[in-house]
Amino acid sequence: MKLSRRDFLKISGIGGLVFSTGLSGARVLAQAGGADEFYFIQLSDTHWGFNNLKFNADPEGTLPKAVATINSLQHKPDFVVFTGDLTHTTDDPEERRRRMKQFKSIAERLEVAQVRYLPGEHDAALDAGAAYQEFFGDTHYEFSHRGVNFIALDNVSDPRARLGDAQLKRLQSKMAELDHAQPLVVFAHRPLFPLRPDWDWATADGEQAIQLLMSHPRVTVFYGHIHQEHHQQTGHIAHHSAKSLIFPLAPPTSAGKKFKVAWDQQQPYAGLGVRQVGLSEKRAVAEIEELQIKT
Amino acid sequence: MWPLLLAVAASSCTTLSGNEDPPRVVTLEARRFAYTPAVIELNKDQPVILELISKDGLHGFNAPQLGLRSDVAPQAPARLSFTPHEKGRFLFHCDIFCGSGHDEMSGEIVVVD
Repeated sequence: MKLSRRDFLKISGIGGLVFSTGLSGARVLAQAGGADEFYFIQLSDTHWGFNNLKFNADPEGTLPKAVATINSLQHKPDFVVFTGDLTHTTDDPEERRRRMKQFKSIAERLEVAQVRYLPGEHDAALDAGAAYQEFFGDTHYEFSHRGVNFIALDNVSDPRARLGDAQLKRLQSKMAELDHAQPLVVFAHRPLFPLRPDWDWATADGEQAIQLLMSHPRVTVFYGHIHQEHHQQTGHIAHHSAKSLIFPLAPPTSAGKKFKVAWDQQQPYAGLGVRQVGLSEKRAVAEIEELQIKT
Repeated sequence: MWPLLLAVAASSCTTLSGNEDPPRVVTLEARRFAYTPAVIELNKDQPVILELISKDGLHGFNAPQLGLRSDVAPQAPARLSFTPHEKGRFLFHCDIFCGSGHDEMSGEIVVVD
């Protein structure tokens, strides 16, 4: 079931999720309220190395501006997560590593306690994640933070966009261990559900992952890949895609082929941005706030 | 002998049976980052054999609205046999990530009367 922003606002009244748009991390914290509340920031699809001015007239400035935007927040997030396509792909392994090194040096300017990464297919599909792991570590992992469990899935290192049997088995084992009283947040690059399969906006074995996640009563998935904000529900699981930091793609309701949205000189950086997500152990609520980057 | 890959039947097409007209053979070449031809026009209810050949590395062919998918390899050409039963425009794309232009590697099957 695809949900509009208005739909989700309605859901928020029964404990689902709240959206807002603003410029301050304080807003998420203020609305989150309690001492156990925290927030993180999601960035996605930075495509460092992409250089086509028709689609982004500031390809080397957009990511640093996003970093500066986050660093200017009065209240710092507990962590920042990049949900894939950190770099734009290249056939040259040396150039791939050069882009990853440059990207990481910029990401490390973030004045936050921790920065977490996930690969996208542009980072990992041509070498099964070899270069990515040299710079950013494991392509999939789990962690807990202040009473919330997190699982980062890798649906990109296999160029066929599969999680694969080994990762699904690991997910199954992890699901059996989790305390259902604690919320579960899942990160991935591609959508786990078939959002637009004819545009390659799907995960080949994503349905198996969703079936495993269904056993948990409080699951929220944050992903990238589609270069725009999108919200959809599969059963009780909410899926939220993030904006890109390089160029927007056409909305999934568009007819015909997928296409990039051209840079608008009148509205530079339109359609790009970062996201704040407020969470707590007690509330089954993810407070989402979309931020424009400061220019 | 080319391998015969039977597509999963979808509402808009079926795999070949023995009682239909002789199939029309259409060759589709894949190379980074395009298919040739990019648009394939087919006749409704006419059986088709789609021959898939890669001119460089491994690609995919996926037309989810038609329930058709196959690997497209340079050394092992593949065949998809089906009969389209619905008019319309159906996108296909490469579903095996192949490089910087992968996102644009797509085409369209147009089924007409």
